Amino acid sequence: MATTARERLGREAGNIVEMAWDPVTRIIGNLGIYTKIDFGERRVLECKSTSSIFRGYSVFMKGKDPRDAHFITSRICGICGDNHATCSIYAQNMAYGIDPPAIAEWIINLGEAAEFMFDHTIFQDNMVFVDFCEEIVRMTNPTLLARAEQTPAPNAAIHGHRTIADIMRSYNPFTGSTYKEGLAMSRLAREMFCLMEGRHVHPSTLYPGGVGTVATPQVFTDYLSRLVRYVDFVKRLIPMNDDVFDFFYEALPGYEEVGRRRILLGCWGAFQNPDSCDYRYETMADWGRDMYVTPGIVVDGELVTTSLVDINLGIRILLGSSYYDDWVDEETFVTHDPLGNPVDQRHPWNQTTLPRPQKRDLDGGKYSWVMSPRWYDKRTGDHLALDTGGGPLARLWVTALAGRVDNPYVKATGQSVKFVLPKSPSFPEMEFEWKVPQWSNTIERDRARAYFVGYSAASAFHFIDRAMAEIRAGRTRTFTEFSVPDEAIGCGFHEAVRGVLSHHLVIRDRKIANYHPYPPTPWNASPRDSFGTPGPYEDAVQGLPIFEENDKENFKGIDILRTVRSFDPCLPCGVHMYLGDGKELKVVHSPMLGFGG
Amino acid sequence: MSSVEQRGGKGASGIDEVHILWTSEGMSCDGDTVSMTAATQPSLEDVLLGMIPGIPKVHLYNKVLSPSPGGEDFLTPFRLAARGELGPFILVVEGSIPNEQINGDGYWTSMGNDENGDPITLNEWLDVLAPRAWAVVAAGTCATYGGIHAMAGNPTGCMGLADYLGWDFRSAGGLPIVNVPGCPVQPDNFMETLLWLLYQAAGLAPMIPLDDKLRPTWLFGKTVHEGCDRAGYYEQGDFALDYNSPKCQVKIGCWGPVVNCNVPKRGWMVGIGGCPNVGGICIGCTMPGFPDKFMPFMDEPPGATFSTGITSAYGSLVRRLRSITNDTLNEEPKWHHNRPALTSGYAPRWPRREKVR
Repeated sequence: MATTARERLGREAGNIVEMAWDPVTRIIGNLGIYTKIDFGERRVLECKSTSSIFRGYSVFMKGKDPRDAHFITSRICGICGDNHATCSIYAQNMAYGIDPPAIAEWIINLGEAAEFMFDHTIFQDNMVFVDFCEEIVRMTNPTLLARAEQTPAPNAAIHGHRTIADIMRSYNPFTGSTYKEGLAMSRLAREMFCLMEGRHVHPSTLYPGGVGTVATPQVFTDYLSRLVRYVDFVKRLIPMNDDVFDFFYEALPGYEEVGRRRILLGCWGAFQNPDSCDYRYETMADWGRDMYVTPGIVVDGELVTTSLVDINLGIRILLGSSYYDDWVDEETFVTHDPLGNPVDQRHPWNQTTLPRPQKRDLDGGKYSWVMSPRWYDKRTGDHLALDTGGGPLARLWVTALAGRVDNPYVKATGQSVKFVLPKSPSFPEMEFEWKVPQWSNTIERDRARAYFVGYSAASAFHFIDRAMAEIRAGRTRTFTEFSVPDEAIGCGFHEAVRGVLSHHLVIRDRKIANYHPYPPTPWNASPRDSFGTPGPYEDAVQGLPIFEENDKENFKGIDILRTVRSFDPCLPCGVHMYLGDGKELKVVHSPMLGFGG
Repeated sequence: MSSVEQRGGKGASGIDEVHILWTSEGMSCDGDTVSMTAATQPSLEDVLLGMIPGIPKVHLYNKVLSPSPGGEDFLTPFRLAARGELGPFILVVEGSIPNEQINGDGYWTSMGNDENGDPITLNEWLDVLAPRAWAVVAAGTCATYGGIHAMAGNPTGCMGLADYLGWDFRSAGGLPIVNVPGCPVQPDNFMETLLWLLYQAAGLAPMIPLDDKLRPTWLFGKTVHEGCDRAGYYEQGDFALDYNSPKCQVKIGCWGPVVNCNVPKRGWMVGIGGCPNVGGICIGCTMPGFPDKFMPFMDEPPGATFSTGITSAYGSLVRRLRSITNDTLNEEPKWHHNRPALTSGYAPRWPRREKVR
């Protein structure tokens, strides 16, 4: 559509220009990115991320029946609501002391695997890839596109696109073949999801204690026959991603610096293993390590822990640039965990949310409703601003280094993750290997997403095998009865599609006394904390070198937007739990982005 | 490039080109937008690329799907529409509408900034856009009736679109608000409603039939129970007592008999999935009373004790009688055997006056 008015909105001081993108499109939720860019040095000097929509979940959950928690928290997110429902059920299972039947876990794992396949596919092919598509690259980097036209795609024999530019054309929105196939495949994966969890995106068949899904061979056969067709697509998708991303490194030397930050990755683990998982806090470190995506924290390339107890106790919710009063003097709901370890007042179990609406001040003041979750590294005393790498990067990195996952379809080697995708209509059995990359940057976040789609599909084959073994043995009960105790605590750890997810629950008088979900986006989108440490989006964009060929008058910010989208922003997560209003008074400029035709 | 365009056929009369302005900046999770991408009957691409004969050419502006990078570029069509310069458009609202009269100088949710850099609230957008829209559609239970965010104890005072604009609101095209509830909206229910409106815009369909809650009657005129394949268990007084059972779930929290929704009949996607038909209790997520009137979700609805009591008496008798008949029908006829004799009653000719045997 034609851009009618082109306003000059950048506030300039020499070559330093303030630019903002608010709202950012092709993400879920409401996000604004405010930057200062030095066009002389072609580098981003400063970045602040903010969100200003409020909905108020934990406020209206207080006093409700705790069995309602997963139905309600699913509604936090419209693209990964089932991750919330699942995580809530994990927390409830712990609080109620339930050990559900194995087949219920296989059913949930299959549903969640389908969710990863769906969500990564629609986000990568229909949102992220638009930033790499021919139409956009023509506007931002015409020289690069010319080179792409001349560069043969190394994996053309597999995916069928002759040149890199042909791949980019296939990403063009609504007309490109990859774009259209991505939409269709996201539907196929959602059909698989609905077989296990009833409805997408707010599931109907999940309960504490198990599932209501009817465990007959039919439901697994229906899933499997779709999975085999889906895998055909994945076998083309991964080599296609590699071709494009390798081309960027090769054609734009230094592109590895785009979105690069210190390696500070967190993964809370996914896909429960019912062989050991009994939902007891006391044994959580052990059964957590048996998950089919290993939980853990990687600092500067070193795997610091794989213990969910360590992960849990290290979580700190900091203030600093968020519109809240401190809760140090408020009630401590949980002084010690069930193992006797002290629980910090800044831990989600003890959080009391005290909103303090105020005008936004991007120059040294408070500017976001998002708080700043950090992980306390007891070795150094640092409060680490972990990111999730958009989800897949941290999941694969931790799983690779931990070297624990080993089943007929997936093997973690200590430096890589290998997975096998069985024969499918167009291809024989194929093995893929994701190797720990050199950098935590924009390209590697996006590349890991494609690989994790394959990882999920491969894992789903294993879950089908295990589920059918239960069926064949006649163990088809999907649910275990329970009662809600008068007082209890629980915590659930899972991976939302875009990264770490935890739910912390306190029950008193059989009602919810405190409930705090911490999804990935508060980790990734957090503002500067009380120590002055910037959040990951800010950190990754600050110092970012500009590769876009346009001058500042025609600047689109594509390298910045690629970086923000590489984290897979999902802002309903970021701000679901906050109460209050905010008045934005400070004038900040927004460049007119002429993507019009 | 900020919109996706198609060349559509011209209708016999009416509008031959229409814009869809979709805002999910209400209190929402964007789940209705995501749900809409799951539709196949018709799919989003079918509508945008002109695969449906007769409908106008369609331009879609939706934040999640927009090729635009964001900021002013994304907001341009909304600004044009606010000035009356866009041409006929359908306004789709996702998310509940907060009460901006209770928070002083603050705001609950906004989309873009005004010329002073102050946020433009969703409510301000609605005040300007809704009267100019050819039609106004509320997508999902939050936008239709308030939904989750309007739960008791909520801090934002939020509500459905009809509570905000008025239940007697009429759009520029003379239509009432069109409500498509569901948390999230069932994918094909939304696209099919949109398709009716596009036919109507083209002059090929009459006024969309809506009930008094402004729902399309053909989608919401029946209850969950009337379309549920577990309703047969109810008739026979045979109830699930926990979530292991494939039987009727009314005694373990299902509200299906009193909820307007077609999901068990239609499935969630291409006939797959759903709610009580696949083991998920109906929590009433399409209803104006959702969620408060259905909580705690996992307890038996109060009225179900009475109705299932009556059904149990009649149903258990019917079930016993049917069981007897069923046993009979499970037996093959006696003439299926391998003895050296034909006992099937074979008779090549019509029997005249003599007896067959």
